[in-house]
Amino acid sequence: MSEQLAVGAPLKVQRWTPLSRNFSIGVGVLAVALAFVPIVLDSNIVQDLTNLLILVILAVMWNALAGYGGLLSVGQQAFIGIGAYATIYFAQLGVAPYAAMVLAMLVAGAISVPISLFALRLRAAQFAIGMWVIAEAISILVRFDHALGAGTGISLIQMNQYDPSYRQAYTYWLALAFTVVFLGVLFFLLRTPFGASLQAIRDDEDAATSLGVRVASRKRLLFVLAGFGCGAAGVLIVANTLFIDPSSIFSVQWSAYMIFMVLVGGLGTFEGPILGAILLFAIQTIFTQGGPWYLVGLGATAALFALALPRGLWGTIEERLGLQLLPVGYRVVASKTPTKTEGETA
Amino acid sequence: MTLLRVEQIDSRYGLLQAVRGVSFEVTQGETVALIGANGAGKTTLLRTIAGAHRPHSGRILFDGADVTRLPAHRRVSMGIALVPEGRRLFPGLTVEENLRGAVVPKRRGRWNVQAVLEVFPLLQPRLRLLAANLSGGEQQAVAIARALLSNPRLLLLDEVSLGLAPVVVNAVYESLQKVIGEGTTVLLVEQDLTRALTVAGRVICLLEGRVVLEGESRSLDRDRVVGAYFGLRRPAVGGAPA
Amino acid sequence: MTLVNAVVQGIFLGGYYAVLACGLSIMFGVMRTINLAHGDVAVLGAYITFVIVDRTGASAFVAFLVAVPVMLVLGYVLQLAILERSLRSGILTPLLATFGLSIVIQNLLLITFSPDVRSLGGSAGAVTTAGWHVTSDLTVSALGILVLVVAAAVFGAVHLFLTRTRAGWALRATAEDADAAELVGIDSRAMHARATAIAVAIAGIGGLFLAIRSVFDPVSGPIQLIFAFEAVVIGGMGSLWGTLVGGIALGVAQTLGAQIHPQYAALAGHVLFLVVLIVRYGGGRVSLPRLRGVVALGRASRQ
Repeated sequence: MSEQLAVGAPLKVQRWTPLSRNFSIGVGVLAVALAFVPIVLDSNIVQDLTNLLILVILAVMWNALAGYGGLLSVGQQAFIGIGAYATIYFAQLGVAPYAAMVLAMLVAGAISVPISLFALRLRAAQFAIGMWVIAEAISILVRFDHALGAGTGISLIQMNQYDPSYRQAYTYWLALAFTVVFLGVLFFLLRTPFGASLQAIRDDEDAATSLGVRVASRKRLLFVLAGFGCGAAGVLIVANTLFIDPSSIFSVQWSAYMIFMVLVGGLGTFEGPILGAILLFAIQTIFTQGGPWYLVGLGATAALFALALPRGLWGTIEERLGLQLLPVGYRVVASKTPTKTEGETA
Repeated sequence: MTLLRVEQIDSRYGLLQAVRGVSFEVTQGETVALIGANGAGKTTLLRTIAGAHRPHSGRILFDGADVTRLPAHRRVSMGIALVPEGRRLFPGLTVEENLRGAVVPKRRGRWNVQAVLEVFPLLQPRLRLLAANLSGGEQQAVAIARALLSNPRLLLLDEVSLGLAPVVVNAVYESLQKVIGEGTTVLLVEQDLTRALTVAGRVICLLEGRVVLEGESRSLDRDRVVGAYFGLRRPAVGGAPA
Repeated sequence: MTLVNAVVQGIFLGGYYAVLACGLSIMFGVMRTINLAHGDVAVLGAYITFVIVDRTGASAFVAFLVAVPVMLVLGYVLQLAILERSLRSGILTPLLATFGLSIVIQNLLLITFSPDVRSLGGSAGAVTTAGWHVTSDLTVSALGILVLVVAAAVFGAVHLFLTRTRAGWALRATAEDADAAELVGIDSRAMHARATAIAVAIAGIGGLFLAIRSVFDPVSGPIQLIFAFEAVVIGGMGSLWGTLVGGIALGVAQTLGAQIHPQYAALAGHVLFLVVLIVRYGGGRVSLPRLRGVVALGRASRQ
């Protein structure tokens, strides 16, 4: 799999390769270009792209939890729903819609902190379903609030003050901003020693603990980050569709989408979830009718990937080609000029 | 007659080669000791013979039949039984439950629950105790008894002295003598050189997964064994030994 | 008196939850994993029974007896085709694979049968509606008694099977240490399949009772899974009789919650579940190191 390095050859530790340097510059250019989309393109496309960005955020956040933290949550829809309903709540209080959205995202993240205090003590199945139960419980609590529309749902009517195409542009820019921020935060986290310790935790938690890695605080950081991220997604969902109801915003269907995107894209890789989001977006665009057959396909594909291709599409590509588009890891490279070799190799 | 033939067995854990090209034979009725330092591959080799580990290449022939691809539970019904390293009893079951279930219907013979209790009388008053609550020596007795209950033709023992006080080890080996005396073929892994040379007619020494020495215990010079054990006599590789 | 009635109804409801959770508990005990499609399997069982009733006009109970072998086969297939593979890949894989399976089952049911809710209450005979008014506030329903009796019978039967039979011993041994079980002649793969088959069949009983006492539709599965899991956790993961206790505790919590406000029922159950989790911080603490060892060995020895 890896080449044999001759003993005695000097080694260099690289973070950037020419490819990743070029690609990162490309990503930066892309982000700037994307900002111009509402000015140049039709508002339908703007709304579609907003949906894509929502999927990207969800996928990246779920991967942060499961791929980097080993935390399989089937309940992130709790934070999606909190973000959405908090938006409505603040807007009702008279906060300007877009300010309400940022506030709502912060609230979702803040709520994730006390939840993390006990949720993170759970392992595997208890954590997965425990988070789901929390989402269900919050969903039930929301249904009691008539100001928030109870069981029938509620609209973000405060957005009517904006002209539709402007509103879509603002929402899109907010989505782009959130995406850049969350991807950026995760990227920089992974490049720090924090990122290396995550790898250690994933490979062997007990060994990592014995090395002094503070496993609990690492996981908490990822959990809270995902709380902010899924909250941001919820905010964007209500901003984009203008109407939410408890059944759909707190639905475990969101977890299904997240699982699909990350499993197919590549669990534990940085680029994988983004690929998965693009794929799901493409599939959703093609199968606009949705319906049960499409969901059967999603479920079966996710299960198949879990069983047969656990590294996902990107993970497999990365492994086969040794490719790394974004420099989140280290590469050990033998220098081209060998020094005098001393004796045989062992 | 040859009961067990191991041919060029190569066993790995991922990229790590634990056993490299090991070949040897065990004659029916023999007692053979596998010795070697930690990490030499002894446990892996035993597990491969028992079927708990799939080898990367090579063959295992038991009584003439190729069992290489046979899973462990099938080898038990053919007559191979492994007493695993660390005893590996069923902790939530009582001693009696650990024993009773281990009787293999197709392999009735000299050993039944009554018989093993005669060899290990210390278990008699402890039948209703949970296996997890036994001492190391008692657990070892149950583990050996459990393996015996399948009336194996080949009994594999992995480090039965591990973690036990010398007095207890003596007792275990005394009981083992009775088993050996009955004519069961035994292949055992033992870190204690003296004991291995005493109990076994033949020793095979492993180092880093390879056989480096093989011979009758009587005729082997102890120094030679120690040398092979620690790899002191290998052709020099890059300097002094560790 | 209404409080007493609530508790009694809660016990009856708990009997149903216990039956529903029994299979989940067995699978967890033997394989240390939760089948996220368990609720959907129960609902699938309800549909199979429903189809038989629909075609033959038989009573729901008779139809169910015919459905049992189907469920057993289904369990075997489920294990051998999907779960066995996922067990070797780590702790998360079975959860992910069964989650995907859950979605597949729900939507295949949606395609085959419409989204309409159905019920088998009409085909279950007099037991659905019969009851006794012990006092003006206290009603004891025949169905409730039946479910409770069946729950006790199922748990009792499983207990006897596990402790008194050779097949049951093999299951327990596999649950304790699958690797060591192989070394004493137990085919651990077959044991896993056996556990799943039994679990699926018992889930079918749960589905039958769901269908009789209430209604079901293709997407009823997930909420049943949540209730079943809550019952298992409340009673203590890994304990068979604990699941019976947990189911009843959940049922009582829900009916007591409903006393405060009708919509509080499920919420009360969730709260009880979360409280138990917080207090116990997950029952998997002890078994996890051993589980890792088994997983690691399993991976190594099957290369």
